[in-house]
Amino acid sequence: MAGRFAPPRYAAPPPRRPGGEEAARVVVAGGGLVGLTVALDLARRGVEVVLLDEDDTVSTGSRAICFAKRTLEIYGRLGLGAKFLDKGVTWNRGRVFHGEREAYAFDLLPEQGHEYPAFVNLQQYYAEAWLVEACAATGRVELRWRHKVTGVESREDGARLSVETPAGAYTLRAEWLLACDGARSFLRDSLGLPFLGQVFRDRFLIADVVMRADFPSERWFWFDPPFHPGQSVLLHKQPDDVWRIDFQLGWEADPEAEKDPARVRARVAAMLGPAIPFELEWVSVYTFRCRRMERFRHGRILFLGDAAHQVSPFGARGGNGGVQDADNLAWRLAAVLAGEAGEALLDGYEAERIPAADENILNSTRSTDFITPKNPAARAYRDAVLQLARRHAFARPLVNSGRLSRPWSGQQAAPDAPVMRDGRADWLLRHIGHDGRFALVAREAEPPALPGVSAVILSDAPRPGALWDHAGLAAARLGLAPGEAALFRPDQILAGRAPAADGAALAALHAKALAR
Amino acid sequence: MSRLSTEPRLADPDAVYALLMEAHRGLDEAASRMLDARLVLILANHIGDAQVLAEAIALARRAGEEEP
Repeated sequence: MAGRFAPPRYAAPPPRRPGGEEAARVVVAGGGLVGLTVALDLARRGVEVVLLDEDDTVSTGSRAICFAKRTLEIYGRLGLGAKFLDKGVTWNRGRVFHGEREAYAFDLLPEQGHEYPAFVNLQQYYAEAWLVEACAATGRVELRWRHKVTGVESREDGARLSVETPAGAYTLRAEWLLACDGARSFLRDSLGLPFLGQVFRDRFLIADVVMRADFPSERWFWFDPPFHPGQSVLLHKQPDDVWRIDFQLGWEADPEAEKDPARVRARVAAMLGPAIPFELEWVSVYTFRCRRMERFRHGRILFLGDAAHQVSPFGARGGNGGVQDADNLAWRLAAVLAGEAGEALLDGYEAERIPAADENILNSTRSTDFITPKNPAARAYRDAVLQLARRHAFARPLVNSGRLSRPWSGQQAAPDAPVMRDGRADWLLRHIGHDGRFALVAREAEPPALPGVSAVILSDAPRPGALWDHAGLAAARLGLAPGEAALFRPDQILAGRAPAADGAALAALHAKALAR
Repeated sequence: MSRLSTEPRLADPDAVYALLMEAHRGLDEAASRMLDARLVLILANHIGDAQVLAEAIALARRAGEEEP
């Protein structure tokens, strides 16, 4: 079928001096979704980055697939938002089936007036390929494909990496090392850092299936469907006529036998019926784990994404959580490297992303407990909830087919809203953080000038240069009365509110956000 | 401060007990378990107070662990 993805092959640069030593300010280990995102964010802030990846292409299979609204807003800030919207499959609605019947449906973004939807489905390889292009375009990210880290030593002044390439080995001294090398992180294990948590006794089969089908752009989840009795199934639409299907298999399933294409084809055929021809693009069998590192910062080495924390996939909290780690860290490290803040600013990364990871793990664990009941009582409660949900609204919020990724509840990301700017339709969020700086949004007031802070004026009536809040949604979602101002960090997180005229209070909020 | 009421509150306890017995009549073990699960969920929603439920659950567990 037309328009299928052709995986790029990236050139492996030879070491500058095989057997020698090199130095870099910031090294990102791992060129997956999270490593590429943090590299791009840093580069856009003027930081030179060396990125190491042992492979020479993007990931295989749909993997992260569901990009949540907050993640899309981050990619909007990084200049890639339109690509996700254009290529990805937008969805806001989920349906849950029990047996042969629909148990209930839910809408994740019932309100209008946001540039990005609740979710976009997209194969992870597209996102990675765009990030690689965007990193290269900055001229500040040195992409070193097939450079494999084979040793790491943590030092007071950074990290010392042993790197192997097809053209010889070398030593790389990094002032800062960002470990984005995934759930099986070599760096984490080499440094002897524990990764503790829970393994769920269940197995799942993921299949990316190419077919022409007329299922709507919705998330469909089945408990105990007739075509896969006793287990659950999840269906998602992706671009290029690729559909992602997750089949629950149970703990007794043999992971190798389940990957046999004939067996997978039989499962898919049972689901689709005989009339729909299909081909398999990617098949994988996995077991859930929920675990995290005790600390994400170890001196000059910082861990992000799956290397730092792992969740079960229901809820789409793995990839989204990792991108939000990158979003949280990049501006901090850039500020430290620019001398605008001390290293204490980096402690805020952990202080925010550890509870965020715990929230993701909690939600993902609860979903898994519902989907994979641990004992007959758990199974009875699960089935009772599903039975009741068909007719009774009170039971529907108890149905847990995945609590879909939301930003960490401990902080407030800037809201989006439609605005008009000099007669043209625009979005509020495009004026917060998109220039890499703090943003001070003041309603019906001229905010004081603060160094490193961009002023944004929100007006109740059209005014040149201001954002006209024509629908009243911006002020309502920001919670700003006339004369009030809200300060946002470069990652669009609220730093605080104060009267727009109170320059001292606003300067104090700014200093506090920079851990000064 | 306990919010769970453990004072006798039923005007006709025998009738309430009979209702429960009648509900399970003719059900096998699995169906009975499902009935109880639905009943707990319906009552939990009716109570609508997680603190009361937590106390009730703790009491139910404790009572099952006490000497007969």
